[in-house]
Amino acid sequence: MKLNGTNYRLRVEARLDNPRWIGLASSVIGVLLALFVGGFVLKAAGAQDPVATYKVIFKEGFGTFADWQAGVNALATNTSCPKGKLCFGPLSDTLVKASPILLTTLACIIAFRMRLWNIGADGQMFLGAWAATGVAVFLLPKTTDRWIMLTAMGLAGTLAGVAYGFIPGFLKARLNISEIITTLMLNYVGYKWIEYFVVVGPWSIGDFESTGRFPAPATWPRLTENAEKYPITAGLTVHPGIFLGIAAALLIAWILYRSRWGYEIRVIGNNPNAARYAGISLARNIILVMCLSGGLAGLAGMNEVAALRELNGRFSRGYGFTGVIVAWLARLNPLAAILVAILFGGLLVGTKLIQPQGIASMLQGVILFVVVGTELLFHYRIQLEKVEAVMVQKAEGVS
Amino acid sequence: MESPPNAFEMRSIVKRFPGVLANDHVDFSCQVGEVHALLGENGAGKSTLMNVLAGLYKSEAGEIYINGERVHLNSPQDAIAHGIGMVHQHFMLVPSHTVAENMVLGLNTPRFFLNLTHVEEQVKALGEQYGLSVNPRARIWELSVGEQQRVEVLKMLFRGAKVLIMDEPTAVLTPQEVEILFQTLRDMTKRGHSIVFISHKLDEVAAIADRVTVLRRGVVTAAGEPAKGTTKAQLAKLMVGRDILFLIDKKKAQPGEVVLAMDKLCAENDRGLPALRDVSLQVYAGEILGIAGVAGNGQRELAEVLTGLRKPTSGRMMFGAIPLDSHTNWMEVGQQLAHIPEDRAAVGSVPALGVAENLILKRYNRPPISTRWSINYSAVHENGVRLVEQYKIATPSVDTPVRMLSGGNLQKVILARETSGQPKLMIAVHPTRGLDVGAIEGIHRLLIELRDQGAAILLISEELDELFSLADRIAVMYEGQIVGEKSPEHANLHEVGLMMAGTKVDS
Amino acid sequence: MNSVELFTLSITILFGALISGTPLLFATIGEIFSEKAGVMNLGIEGMMLIGAMSGFAVWFNTGSIGLGLLAGMLLGGLLALLHAFITITLRADQVVSGLAVTLLGGGFSSILGQPYVGQRVPTPFTIALPLLGNIAAQQLTLVILGLIFAPLAWFYVNRTRPGLDMRSVGEHPSAADSLGINVYLTRYTYVIFGGMMSGFAGATMSLITDPGWVDGKTSGLGWIAVALVIFAAWDPIRGMWVSYFFGLLRRLPLDLQNPALPLISTANNPSVGRLMDMLPYIATILILIIGSRDSIRRRLGAPAALGTPYVRGERGL
Repeated sequence: MKLNGTNYRLRVEARLDNPRWIGLASSVIGVLLALFVGGFVLKAAGAQDPVATYKVIFKEGFGTFADWQAGVNALATNTSCPKGKLCFGPLSDTLVKASPILLTTLACIIAFRMRLWNIGADGQMFLGAWAATGVAVFLLPKTTDRWIMLTAMGLAGTLAGVAYGFIPGFLKARLNISEIITTLMLNYVGYKWIEYFVVVGPWSIGDFESTGRFPAPATWPRLTENAEKYPITAGLTVHPGIFLGIAAALLIAWILYRSRWGYEIRVIGNNPNAARYAGISLARNIILVMCLSGGLAGLAGMNEVAALRELNGRFSRGYGFTGVIVAWLARLNPLAAILVAILFGGLLVGTKLIQPQGIASMLQGVILFVVVGTELLFHYRIQLEKVEAVMVQKAEGVS
Repeated sequence: MESPPNAFEMRSIVKRFPGVLANDHVDFSCQVGEVHALLGENGAGKSTLMNVLAGLYKSEAGEIYINGERVHLNSPQDAIAHGIGMVHQHFMLVPSHTVAENMVLGLNTPRFFLNLTHVEEQVKALGEQYGLSVNPRARIWELSVGEQQRVEVLKMLFRGAKVLIMDEPTAVLTPQEVEILFQTLRDMTKRGHSIVFISHKLDEVAAIADRVTVLRRGVVTAAGEPAKGTTKAQLAKLMVGRDILFLIDKKKAQPGEVVLAMDKLCAENDRGLPALRDVSLQVYAGEILGIAGVAGNGQRELAEVLTGLRKPTSGRMMFGAIPLDSHTNWMEVGQQLAHIPEDRAAVGSVPALGVAENLILKRYNRPPISTRWSINYSAVHENGVRLVEQYKIATPSVDTPVRMLSGGNLQKVILARETSGQPKLMIAVHPTRGLDVGAIEGIHRLLIELRDQGAAILLISEELDELFSLADRIAVMYEGQIVGEKSPEHANLHEVGLMMAGTKVDS
Repeated sequence: MNSVELFTLSITILFGALISGTPLLFATIGEIFSEKAGVMNLGIEGMMLIGAMSGFAVWFNTGSIGLGLLAGMLLGGLLALLHAFITITLRADQVVSGLAVTLLGGGFSSILGQPYVGQRVPTPFTIALPLLGNIAAQQLTLVILGLIFAPLAWFYVNRTRPGLDMRSVGEHPSAADSLGINVYLTRYTYVIFGGMMSGFAGATMSLITDPGWVDGKTSGLGWIAVALVIFAAWDPIRGMWVSYFFGLLRRLPLDLQNPALPLISTANNPSVGRLMDMLPYIATILILIIGSRDSIRRRLGAPAALGTPYVRGERGL
């Protein structure tokens, strides 16, 4: 191409530097692009106006400024939420959805940091839910104190997740079997496991494919239980599970960035040969990390089942995969994960009532795909350069 | 007498990569029937230039003439069509395929069905014609390195190459095999072929080349000088830009006690074939024991066994009074054992982690760097700043990921990490490979310093010059065995070369 | 039951295995091609899903199964094109890209397939065969297609020129490149081919072997295919056998519901059926365990350059 008489040419070359903003920029641009592409898919699926749809999603997931203002007012004056406004309702729902997402995300983060592709967070979550249910409904008496019950459920869920994560970890550490396939297969086994118990097996009550409602102590206390004292909290189903997630995020962050174990994990994840050379045991860490990862996902299962208050054949699938995406969007950073998990919680809540169903899952796929792509595009740089005229130069002579 | 016509001419070639100008208006030509050496250090741009000629790279500017005609080479196929064939440093042969299959790769025939008997006959005939016999049905991984090189040459001749570019061909050969190769090349020139001989080894250039062109940092510093008329010292200066010392000034060694003892060590390589056979050696404090040998004779496995990366199948190793076996805590041993690995990027460093975090790789789980559970990052930072200064590592900051560093600086990081702990034993594997002369000098000096401080050093190297100038004793490895041990004063290149090729010589 | 009935039952079960295994055969062999060329495609599941959904949708709107199969093939190939672009041109990690593609395919098929859930399905055109009774002609045709495809695939890979080029690209891309073979184009070709086969496989599931569309139709078959490639040691013929074996495993719960087998019939024991549903997945893990012992000794196994993006060396020495 010519400009001002001189020849110019576009050249694409790889970047040499590695500025921090690439990660953030690619995530943000990725999401925006995904929303853009998603708009077309929505159109194809029959939605009239994608932008309006997105607005509704946001409103359902987080509420509008007006809603928040009304909520703050009501909080300050200790009155209930005025009619016609949602106040903190959507936010509360979002936080409820965000807590299992955050936990499965952390499970993915800790594993992915070591390049252990744990795609089985779903299965581990299911096993955790199963164990928690077992303890709550069949083991402990109905009159157990709430906090003891919840703690027992949490322990059971975590341990079940640990055991379920141990299997692929062991197979990888000892026999070098791909954890991608084993964790995936175990997902399906996990689904069937719950189906067996709850749909046709020992735990189903009559013809209902469910364990029936849990005894009250086996459920999370909700903010709405304080509605008498604080009317603003009426209808807010948010529960302490979100704190579980945040605490776990802080723990994982500390492990990764401050502890010796975290250093080992990061070294292994980046160069297993160097790790081996430094005397770091690969096998031991594979097993430990898979156990931790499974445990976190198992805890997510307990979190969810204590919120749903029953275990049935429609127990939520897919949190494990959402965890993969949120982990990637958060650049495998546990603290960023808190924010992104909340955003995704909002997405899930916001799309609940939207037709056609499945938007969330479609958007998730597009987001991950676009983010992966844009991240790489940012590693290149476009240069405009002059095309030089050929000059014949004499080589330097030898004296 | 009129000079013979040019087989090819490259004029004013410019080739750029991100951040570096590899060829800066380079002129290079080669006459029919000559061996023209292209000399330069690592990174001077020799391979790049020849890759342009071979159609693998496109130059940003410049012209290429073959037999007087201007050509545009857009692909390797173009180059081969014009008679340019390149034998690369790392062979471009598919290991699991046969010789014949490798021959036809990229050609137009056979078109669809894979019937290779015709090809096999041609390969046999060609081999006999040029004295490069090879079994066309053999699979590449079954052949020796020398045989594989023959296949590479045949591959080019099969395609009618008139100009043969040999990129550092002697790196993997014994001195005897090098002689055979040189003879083959001379024969080929008599048949009208032209040879471009890329090398950084002055001795070889002097032995084989008719003319020499020297590249330094992408620029021609000597164009087509007759090899007979230039001394080694002159060539070296053109390569490097200053006078370099050929021998290091060092004191006589004062060997002390045995630091490392190996007794009948046996080990297998990744394929399950024996790589070490009954290796018995001692390394004493205050001396440098050099291990000579063509790469691939067990040196890598030896280093891996000695640093805990590979389990020996039998035999014993003692580090001072401590046996090294399956119960060894390698992290502990690593405090006193320094290792410069062969492949600094693949094994020696953690690319995404910063300089400071790499520097503590061997000490991350002991005070003062860490406490029971956590790592003290201010101590890590401090340590990093100190070592960066001490070893003059060029890096924007101590937190820069090490994959951003140049090869030389990365090697410095590894050295800093390994030597700052006052090790008793250092195992250095090809420590100067791929580095420029300045860096090489620095590392040689460091090794001598360590030795004089009382460390025992095991130096595994392919460069006989390096071994002869640094080592106090030289042991030669061939096919996993120690075939002889000599001291540099009493040995000569010819003897060592024989040992490298498998003949046992009494010391 | 007498021996004749038992024999007939066995043949029926066997044929059922062939039918059930054929989609797996196509997906597995497609992936073998992709991996032989050096690119791992973990998006098979997504490609199968989108193939299944689009195939069904096209049939529903046109009445032609053939068009439906073609549509499935095309969409599978399209998705594979995306994966190829990201992993070959942009050189992304092949694992992550494969996962993203699966989620993409899953999400799209879920949302666009909504209107087709529970709709009427293609009616099979039956022909009567001895022993087997009335079977669907489409199913028979499909099985025969599979039986022809596998040996053809083997021949292509091992005895033809393009097969040699493909294997070279997967084993030693630099060597292939230096001799003028276009590594990128070759890899693109076989990744897309693999995707087309996966899309085709998915379409056969929703149109022929188990007509109908539901969200998540393929229930993990694509992942099983990834494992099967390893177990088949990247050989198409072996891939065929293991696919049929897994077809058998999938059919087992269904076949055992046959009341003619009172002792082990699952009609009386629905919970056993649920547990048996786990069989293919557990079996996959088991075969990987068995396979892991072999492969260490086998040495010839994965294509040497599998999983590594090809970069023509940028820093010249």
